[in-house]
Amino acid sequence: MNDIVEGMLSAFRLIFSLDADLFEIILLSLQVTLTAVVIASIIGMPMGAWLAVNRFRFRRLTIAILNALMGLPPVVVGLIVYIMLSRSGPFGVLNLLFTPTAMVIAQVIIITPLIASISHQAIRDLWADYHDLLISLNTTKRQRILTLIKDARRSLLTASLAGFGRAIGEVGAIMIVGGNIDHLTRVLTTAIALETGKGEFAFALALGFVLIALAIIVNLAIHSISKTERASNW
Amino acid sequence: MVDKILPLNVKNAFVKKRGKRIIGPIDVQLSTKGFTMVMGPNGSGKTTLLRLLHGLENPREGKLKWNGNIESVRLEQSFVFQTPIMLRRTAIENIIYPLKLRGIPNDIATKIANEWISKINLENSSNVNARFLSGGEKQKLAIARALTTKPQLLFLDEPTANLDGSATKEIEKLLQEAHKAGTRLIMTTHDMGQGKRLADDIIFLYRGTIHETAKAISFFKYPATQEAQAFLNGDILE
Amino acid sequence: MKLTIRILAFLFILLINGTVNAAEMKLAVTTSFNNSGLSDILLPEIKKDLNLDVQLLVVGTGQALKLGRAGDVDAILVHSKKAEEEFISQGFGIHRREIMYNDFVIIGPFNDPAKISQSKTVVSALEKIAVTKSLFASRGDDSGTHRKELSLWKIAGQDPEKFDASWYRAAGSGMGATLNTASGMNAYIMSDRASWLKFGNKGDLKLLFSGDPVLFNQYAYLSVNPEKHSHVKFDHAQKLEAWLTSAKAQKLIGEYAINGETLFIPNANAKVN
Repeated sequence: MNDIVEGMLSAFRLIFSLDADLFEIILLSLQVTLTAVVIASIIGMPMGAWLAVNRFRFRRLTIAILNALMGLPPVVVGLIVYIMLSRSGPFGVLNLLFTPTAMVIAQVIIITPLIASISHQAIRDLWADYHDLLISLNTTKRQRILTLIKDARRSLLTASLAGFGRAIGEVGAIMIVGGNIDHLTRVLTTAIALETGKGEFAFALALGFVLIALAIIVNLAIHSISKTERASNW
Repeated sequence: MVDKILPLNVKNAFVKKRGKRIIGPIDVQLSTKGFTMVMGPNGSGKTTLLRLLHGLENPREGKLKWNGNIESVRLEQSFVFQTPIMLRRTAIENIIYPLKLRGIPNDIATKIANEWISKINLENSSNVNARFLSGGEKQKLAIARALTTKPQLLFLDEPTANLDGSATKEIEKLLQEAHKAGTRLIMTTHDMGQGKRLADDIIFLYRGTIHETAKAISFFKYPATQEAQAFLNGDILE
Repeated sequence: MKLTIRILAFLFILLINGTVNAAEMKLAVTTSFNNSGLSDILLPEIKKDLNLDVQLLVVGTGQALKLGRAGDVDAILVHSKKAEEEFISQGFGIHRREIMYNDFVIIGPFNDPAKISQSKTVVSALEKIAVTKSLFASRGDDSGTHRKELSLWKIAGQDPEKFDASWYRAAGSGMGATLNTASGMNAYIMSDRASWLKFGNKGDLKLLFSGDPVLFNQYAYLSVNPEKHSHVKFDHAQKLEAWLTSAKAQKLIGEYAINGETLFIPNANAKVN
C-alpha cells in the first residue's frame, strides 16, 4: 500500500522535475507505438474492409484465423522477429536488431490482426447498411472499400486506439527485439520491468502511472481531434 | 450523347433464392418513355422485380436485353429504396458522392449538389449529417441523389410508403418534374391513389408473375383479370 | 484522412529528433554488472575519453554468449570462465581479457532457519539448506550466476535436478526478479554482492554468508571475432578493451562503492589467448 502512495508521489515529482531521461523514454514510447499503430492501421483497415466486402472460398477460415491471431503471444512474436533480424538470421544484413525499428516491426505484427479484426466487424456492419446503394451506384471494389473506410472512420478510430492500447503496454516482444538499451531502445514498459527487477517498486510504479496517464492523454487527444472534425462534416 | 439503353426486353426471367422461385417467369418490355407503376398485393414480388431489372438480383434463368453497351447500362439508371440508404455524411455530401464517382471535379459537383439542395428545400440542413434528417427529408435527398447523375431510367421502390401526406406530395412533385424532363420512371406502390395520380402504364404483379400490363386509365376502369379487379376492390389476395 | 496526415506529420517530427551520430557499439553485459550501478560511472567516462556510445544489452551470461555467437553485439562482458573458453575455442572470440572480480553472497531470511551464518564454507552452508529443505530461490536461467550456483551444489554432492520444487524454486529470471521472488517467499538465494546491495526490496532478507574464496566471480571481456562476423565493430571493441584495462578505468572500478562497501576488485591481466 505504501508503495502505491510513494509511487504516485514520485510520479508527480518525476514529471514536474522535467526529468530529461524520463521525457526521452516517453517520447520513444510514443514514437514507436504511434508509428506501429499508423502502419498497422494502413495494413489492417483495408484488410478488414476487403474481408467484409469480398466473398471468396476461404473467407470464414481467414476471418477465424485473423481472430485467433488477435491473441498472438507477444513473446513469441518477439522471438520470431529476433531470429529474423539477428545477424545470423535471414534479415541480419539490415542491421535492425536492437533498434526502435525492430520494436516497431514487432508491434505492427502484434496489433495488425487486432486492428484488422475490429475494422472488419465495424465495416461489415456498415457494408450491410450500404450494400444495395453502393452496388446500385456501380462502384468498383476499390471505391467501395475507400467509401466504407471513410464513413466508418469513427469505429476505425476505436480500432486504432485498441491497437495503441495493446502496443503501448506491451513489454515481452520489445524487450527481446529492442534489448532495453538506455538512450536507444528503452521505453516505459521495459524501464518498468528493469526497475521492478532492481526492486525499486516505487520508481517502477511511478513509471507505471506515467504510462497510464500517457495512454489516457493520447486517447483524449485523438477523441478531441475527431470531435473538431465532426463539427464540420460528420 | 450517351447511347439510349431503352427499350429493355426481358425474356423468361426467374429469380430464385435457395432453389425457391421468388418471381418468374417474367416477360416484359420497357419502352423509352413514360411512368410505369408496378402494383400488386404484398408478397407478389414487386421489389424483387425492380431489383431484377436494376441488376441487384441476377436472373437464375432467362435474359435481360438492353439496347446499349454494358457500361452505359450501368451508368444510365438509378434506384431509390423504400427505406432510404443514407451515407453517413452530410446531406450535400450525399448528393456529391455519385458525381465524384463519375469523376466530376469537386467544384462542379458542389455546384450541382447545391442546386439540388435548394430544389428539395434542404438549404438549412445542407451540412447536417443525413442520418439526422426526417424520413421525408431523407427520401427527398435519396431522390435528388438518384437524379443528380441525370439517368435515363429511375427505379423507385415504394418511396412514399412510410411518409405523411405533405412529404408524399413533395416527392410526387419531384417525380412529375423528372417525368416531364424525359426520365423513364418505374415505381412500385400499393397506394391506389398514387397509381392513378402518376402512372402512364401499370404492371400488375401477382404471385411472382406479371398478370396484366395496361395503360393506367384502362387498368383502373376495366381491369382485365379477376385478381386485378379484386385488388382494386381492396379484397385480400393470397 | 486528415487525421492520418496529422499523425504522420507528428511522427515525422519525432523521428527527426531521434537521430544520433556519435560512434557506437553494442556490448552485452550481465545483469549483475548493470545492477551494481558501475556502468553508470563508466559509460560517461568512456564517452568522454573515446567519444564512443556503448549501448548495453543487459542479459544473462548464457544469452550474452549467444548474442556474441550470432554477431548481434560487438563484445561481451560476462562471468563464466568455462563457457568463455568454449566461446574462444570455437573461434567466436579472439581472446578473453579479465577485467575485475566481485563475489557472490548467500542471502536468506532474517532468522536463518538453516543456521548457515556460522558455516565455514559455502558448501556446508548449501548442505544445511538442502538438509533442512529450507526455501531456496534459484535463477534457473542459464546465467553465469546460475551456473556458479549449480557448480557449488555439485561440490556439495547434491544434484539440483532432483531437488523438490516444494523448497527449491527455479525462477527462470534475472537477478533482480529472482531477488524479488526470494523476498516474497522469504527464501535463501545466492546473489552477487552488487545486485544485493543495490536491491530496493529487501523485505526480511539479510546477508548471511560471504567470504569463501570459491565465491569469487571473475568478469572477462571478449570482443567478437571479425573473421566470424565481418560487420562487427572490432576497432571500437578493441579500443574499449584497452580502456577497461587502463589504469584510469581500473582505478574507477576499484573505488566504486555502495554504502561505503567496495564491490569490484580490478585485476586486469595481460592478454590471454
